[in-house]
Amino acid sequence: IVPLAVSVNRFEVPQAAPVAVFKLSQDFSNDQFPQKVNLGVGAYRTDEGQPWVLPVVKKVEKIIVHDDRLNHEYLPILGLPEFRSSASKIALGDDSPAIQEDRVGAVQCLGGTGALKMGAEFLRRFYNGNNNTKTPVYVSAPTWENHNAVFANAGFDDVRPYKYWDAENRGLDLAGFLGDLESCPEHSIFVLHACAHNPTGTDPTQEQWMQIADIMMRRKLFVFFDSAYQGFASGSLEKDAWAVRYFVSMGFEMFCAQSFSKNFGLYNERVGNLTIVAQDADNLKRILSQMEKIVRTTWSNPPSQGARIVAITLNSPELFSEWKDNVKTMADRVLLMRAQLKAKLQALGTPGTWDHITEQIGMFSFTGLNSKQVEYMVKEKHIYLMASGRINMCGLTTKNIDYVAESIHETVTMVQ
Amino acid sequence: MFVSLKLVPTEHVSLRQCGILTSHKELILSIRSTACYRSMANSAITLVSWWGGVQMGPPDPILGVTEAFKRDTNPKKMNLGVGAYRDDQGKPFVLSCVRKAEAIITSKQLDKEYLPIGGLGEFSKACAELALGADSEVLKSGRNITVQTISGTGSLRIGANFLSRFHGGPLDVYLPKPSWGNHTPIFRDAGMQLKAYRYYDPSTCGFDFKGALDDISKIPEQSVIMLHACAHNPTGVDPRPEQWKEISDIVKKRNLLVFFDMAYQGFASGDIDRDAWAVRYFIEQGHNIVLSQSFAKNMGLYGERVGGFTVVCNDAEEAKRVESQLKILIRPIYSNPPMNGARIAATILNTPDLRSIWLGEVHGMANRIIKMREQLVAGLKKEGSSHNWQHVIDQIGMFCFTGLKPEQVERLTKEFSVYMTKDGRISMAGVTSGNVGYLAQGIHAVTK
Repeated sequence: IVPLAVSVNRFEVPQAAPVAVFKLSQDFSNDQFPQKVNLGVGAYRTDEGQPWVLPVVKKVEKIIVHDDRLNHEYLPILGLPEFRSSASKIALGDDSPAIQEDRVGAVQCLGGTGALKMGAEFLRRFYNGNNNTKTPVYVSAPTWENHNAVFANAGFDDVRPYKYWDAENRGLDLAGFLGDLESCPEHSIFVLHACAHNPTGTDPTQEQWMQIADIMMRRKLFVFFDSAYQGFASGSLEKDAWAVRYFVSMGFEMFCAQSFSKNFGLYNERVGNLTIVAQDADNLKRILSQMEKIVRTTWSNPPSQGARIVAITLNSPELFSEWKDNVKTMADRVLLMRAQLKAKLQALGTPGTWDHITEQIGMFSFTGLNSKQVEYMVKEKHIYLMASGRINMCGLTTKNIDYVAESIHETVTMVQ
Repeated sequence: MFVSLKLVPTEHVSLRQCGILTSHKELILSIRSTACYRSMANSAITLVSWWGGVQMGPPDPILGVTEAFKRDTNPKKMNLGVGAYRDDQGKPFVLSCVRKAEAIITSKQLDKEYLPIGGLGEFSKACAELALGADSEVLKSGRNITVQTISGTGSLRIGANFLSRFHGGPLDVYLPKPSWGNHTPIFRDAGMQLKAYRYYDPSTCGFDFKGALDDISKIPEQSVIMLHACAHNPTGVDPRPEQWKEISDIVKKRNLLVFFDMAYQGFASGDIDRDAWAVRYFIEQGHNIVLSQSFAKNMGLYGERVGGFTVVCNDAEEAKRVESQLKILIRPIYSNPPMNGARIAATILNTPDLRSIWLGEVHGMANRIIKMREQLVAGLKKEGSSHNWQHVIDQIGMFCFTGLKPEQVERLTKEFSVYMTKDGRISMAGVTSGNVGYLAQGIHAVTK
């Protein structure tokens, strides 16, 4: 059997670099050091360092498997209706005026990524003219590394950073952020992190959000929220949705990409929702009809299992209550690890200030370690974190926190 | 031009609460066609939507049929639109091997950690083996890359994106005429041009073999040709093995890249190896194909979105490079695929008992369809139809291209509440022993 000779040159396919965060996990896996710690990929871990399937999820899965009325038929193109509406309610609030006014719709998508993708594809086709690929898309500096690729792949030529992280002061560069909002081209699209900014863990305060909203409204900028950690950041769904709800009340027509990967622990079931806030029901209808076309050529209709789990949970008062408890459990453990890490670093007299560890919120912390220090942590101490200095707080446990604190202390003292 | 209003910012008020929207409708309509904009100062109100120019999209031609069917109140209505299998009571069928697999999976209490970008390894491996055969030289030499995808659509989408980015030849995809309706927008969205080769012969309701060979022989070198591996959608017309051999020869001569779409393996003849024959033959003949697979129909896992995309490469090293690029394509679309369906499929394929049960159930589904074909033709004869309906039996798989013209289809829908696509395609899966007589009546009525 001889492969066609001509096919040798058919694909000019260079080897692509691996995605950094997955390479980190791979390297961690291969490491034999007994005290190794993985502070890389963003998934929750228990204090035993184990993945955690939420008790409410286990309960609901049992319900599903024993319900003979359920089958594996196609969902509608836009997804499971009970999921879409209850997911949007979670973001916007049960009593949201926008929902009452019938101008909120949703598209069930494959995770937060899928929701961003659908929103991006729609915007490229219909926002700021037709197929205007030149509209600038602004993502925070730094941001989740996949944001760039999602919008670029959707066809946008111009994906740019907006100032966000002040490395020197380890906080929000508000002046820079507001400055970019004032000077960017009108109609630019801004990807905003609803809460628990990834990777810095630094969120604007409510007053700062209000300033941001004012400028965005005045300069006709498009609001695209990425909400991947609702509930997970503070432990309160309402608190974590404050920014999104404020912008809705301001009257923006906006998108909010929601992920249920973290707050439901449903990472591999790909549960996401693109919530669309339109000006009125007629606009919404037309938007959704065009969304259907985009969905149809990407995945036809979304997977049912994860959406069913979320819908059943959100629509049952008991299960909903249980879920909120589960979410609080996760958020509380993260808060505890933050408090303990800071306390230990301060007790060790580690050079530098460490308040940012408890001021930052959510799964991630931008430690402030530079790339040389990160390299030292990985190579010498077998503690795996992103080159940016980002750590996943969930990787910390009562068993390894001393080792990590001591290692940070050693690193900061030995390496500048 | 715009109007701005000041509100005392004591609380967040909505547009409706201000009673603004309706009174400004005319104003909005008159300036909608110009640039959409907003004007705000402090707490003024927005007027003009970004989306004024967004048109209402047309209903999906296939899935839209089900929508219309749902709205019909006729108790005798039949949904012969979308290709989803129904049992002889007209009910969705959850395979028992699927239920058994689900029970096993539940008992394992697995975590829900992200899958790799390319999906569940044990699924991808089993998926490739199913298509290529366990003894395939391709698998032995590791020169394929198979990734888990979002069912068949997702697979075609990834394939189209991959070709669009890396194919060295013309970005022209030649589809059989006709082909599945969704093929065209998928490839077009990925930036490829759509062309066609003759396939269906309406005068015989069969394969236009001469026309196909003739057209294929003229396709510019290194273009992409789409072939339906078995149970052609929408016509149900498949080439015979001798015809496949000639197609392979001419495709080789023209140096075309073969893209196989195999959405019905097992479902066509009832035998998974028989249905994969064309795919395996082409590979043996040296074509380095790309292949889309779906488990929606043959495992009844429609809504779980289980599929695979395979690239057959020159060697394992090329396969590694291709894999790395597929990951780069997948990540910005959905990051990584859903676990549930792939886990079920892998469990079935890799557990000998369940695999046997599955093969039996696929065989059963295919047989029921074959029986319905025979009963429909018998019914038409009984009604006194003078037409030749042999094609209903000769065609294979879920769909039957009845040969009905659009006006006849419309009458069938309006007068008999039989729902199908305008091209005359019916899903045999929606036919039961209980309604096949009614269907024969209806078809006879509109064709006599």
